[in-house]
Amino acid sequence: MSRPVVIAIFLVLLVLHQDFWLKDDASLIAGIVPIGLVYHMVFTVVAALFWFAVVRLAWPYAHEDDDEQEGDQ
Amino acid sequence: MTQTVIVVIYLGLLLSLGYLSSRLFRGNSNDYFVASRSIGPLVLFMSIFGTTMTAFAMVGSTGESYRVGIATYGKIASSSALIHSACFFLVGLPLWALGKRNGFHTQIEFFRARFESSKLGYLLFPILVGLIIPYLLVGLMGAGSVMQGVTRGAFPELFASTGGAIPPWLTGLVISGVVLYYIFAGGVRSAAWANTFQTFVFIIMGFIAFVTISTKLGGLQATSSMADPSKAVRSGNITEMQFLSYCLIPLSVGMFPHLFQNCLTAKSAKSFRLTLVGHPLAIMLTWIPCILIGFWATGAVMPDGVTPVIPEGTSPNAVLGMMVGKLATPVIGGLVTAGIMAAIMSSLDSQFVAVGTMFTKDIVVHSFGKERFSESQLVLLARGFICTIVLVTYLLTLVEPRQVFSLGIWCFSGFAGLFPLIFAAIYWKKATKLGAYAAVIGGAASWFFLFQASGYGKDSSYMVGGVMPVAVVFATCAICMIVSSLVSQPPSQETLDKFFRKKANA
Repeated sequence: MSRPVVIAIFLVLLVLHQDFWLKDDASLIAGIVPIGLVYHMVFTVVAALFWFAVVRLAWPYAHEDDDEQEGDQ
Repeated sequence: MTQTVIVVIYLGLLLSLGYLSSRLFRGNSNDYFVASRSIGPLVLFMSIFGTTMTAFAMVGSTGESYRVGIATYGKIASSSALIHSACFFLVGLPLWALGKRNGFHTQIEFFRARFESSKLGYLLFPILVGLIIPYLLVGLMGAGSVMQGVTRGAFPELFASTGGAIPPWLTGLVISGVVLYYIFAGGVRSAAWANTFQTFVFIIMGFIAFVTISTKLGGLQATSSMADPSKAVRSGNITEMQFLSYCLIPLSVGMFPHLFQNCLTAKSAKSFRLTLVGHPLAIMLTWIPCILIGFWATGAVMPDGVTPVIPEGTSPNAVLGMMVGKLATPVIGGLVTAGIMAAIMSSLDSQFVAVGTMFTKDIVVHSFGKERFSESQLVLLARGFICTIVLVTYLLTLVEPRQVFSLGIWCFSGFAGLFPLIFAAIYWKKATKLGAYAAVIGGAASWFFLFQASGYGKDSSYMVGGVMPVAVVFATCAICMIVSSLVSQPPSQETLDKFFRKKANA
């Protein structure tokens, strides 16, 4: 995953965070959790998936051995 | 009484953990300050997460959800899920690599070297410590509020003035003492271990509180149906611009001195991977129970069907403690209170270590030279300064209290406002010494001006032109950095080679 793609997805997520289309909706999902809160719970999971993709596909440290400190534990 | 006994047992466990880690303490300052850069992925993740979650996340979030509704989660927690990990990726990881390569222990060492200025450290030190103090205050005030709420009526003769509850001054004293012990026993390694343990505790206990309270109120659906519907929406509770500008607050983790130090403890770059992915999920696990408890508190009534659980006019700080105290059994109440104390102490410890490290490395050693002090003297100096800061903070808790959430936001706004400084230092070769001075002075001055205008956090709804004060502080810092850097001499090639080596090779 190239750097521009990572930045583009990050910006899209920032826009999606601004949940103005739900700001007046007081309905409860399953009669328990307000829909606005469910939306942001899903957003949180998507954020975690995004960072998982970054770790797997856009990790900047190609040579992990360079970062290992020898002699520790 | 039962709650108090459980909390005391929990504090005893922490003291034992501190003793154990002291047996592994290697006795040198490198081990005390950065755990010899040996911390693996799980402990790094748990300690970083535990450090970022404090009374703000549990006591503050519940109180704010009670005050303005479920939008509290969106305005600060879900944005943090995205932006905290961005800070670890864009700031924490490069700082770890630079710190390891150049032997930095503190943020100030990094800034001094990057901007070729010794005096910059003397300017930054009081500002960073000054911004940490409200953060410490949030912890101690939150602990005091919860214990007072949970133990109400338990000691009627001993603490008559607080309705039989353990007074906040005593909770603050005990919490400070326990954290000081395990920090002094093993430094940052001890803090990392304690954080790992405590993070497990507060996530599990938050969930238990959530289940217990909803069961007592008649089940999840019945409990949610009692809540005030106006708190189930963002409209009327937070404006679009306020919600948008709140997104700048999570940038504070990029400038926290204690998180900088946490990052330096990592064994390798790989250690950060779990933190990036796990942090957003852990935020959700911690915040959602508290947000829902705060939401439920807006309409919850006692089993008699008439008496509100939270009487009108109750301080938002007291909501979580009262919900747990009134609706959970004493044993569950005690366990949950221990969990809340865990969240609070898991931040206090890293902050204590960070201020001690900064004082020792950035002021004492930098001014007088390392050869003048033995390793044990350096550790002693760090401990002495930590005690001083804890004492100052403790005394501040005794004056007029502030809303935990509001005070936390002010603290985060100060650090987030300085984010352009660290970002420019890492990514902008043209960022200069003059730019750094202007950014620090501009950012700190604008923060202080606005903090003062809000009555030092007393006005919890304070905004500037409809946006959060952090937007003004951030913009001031960024503009000062850019303009001053462009009109001054760039850093020497030697410095640029030192700090941009990896980028040049890529």
